[in-house]
Amino acid sequence: MVQTIALWVVLPLLSIAVALPVIRLVRGPSLPDRVVALDVMGTIAIAIFATYALINRKPAFLDAALVVGLIGFIGTIAFAYYTERRI
Amino acid sequence: MHSLILATATRLLLPLMLMFSIFLLIRGHNEPGGGFVGGLVAGAGFTLYAAAYGVSQASNMLRIDPKRLIGAGLLVAVSSALLSLFLGLPLMTGLWYKEPLPVIGKVGTPMLFDVGVYLVVIGVTVTITFSLFEAEGE
Repeated sequence: MVQTIALWVVLPLLSIAVALPVIRLVRGPSLPDRVVALDVMGTIAIAIFATYALINRKPAFLDAALVVGLIGFIGTIAFAYYTERRI
Repeated sequence: MHSLILATATRLLLPLMLMFSIFLLIRGHNEPGGGFVGGLVAGAGFTLYAAAYGVSQASNMLRIDPKRLIGAGLLVAVSSALLSLFLGLPLMTGLWYKEPLPVIGKVGTPMLFDVGVYLVVIGVTVTITFSLFEAEGE
């Protein structure tokens, strides 16, 4: 039951959610807009990993989500470092 | 760049990342994980520390020159392959300790090889990121 809801409701919603930052990434007028869009996409990727782990009953994907959660924001920090230096 | 938020968050996050990297290293033989991913997570932790506190403080915390870490890791990996020669078995035969240990699980030469890979990956990533940060500072 939970898997059915996750497969037919949660995963499509997350797919729509990951498409919206792509628009901001392509159109974003300034560099910080694009950086924040990338960060949001990383967060949604964590949600997709967790949903996938729930659907297929594979806990290994939760570890992948944990790694992305721990590592993902370092890219944002590097971008912040770069933008601060550029201004 | 010195940010108080980043420095405080790093203090909390670095032990977590190092612990998780060792967790990945230990259980990597039969499940996802292993020396390479564990080393990458630990290297990312040291990179975060260098971004928050500067390269000189990060090398102080690491204590060892990262290039020595690469050499030590290669030595450990090679010794794991040579260990079976002393027992008269062919080169690179996997040797396992009979009883699984309480927390770590089964211990053997493949595990030792993973530890070598772990040290090499930490050394390489830390060398790359520290030299990048130093080049940026000039």
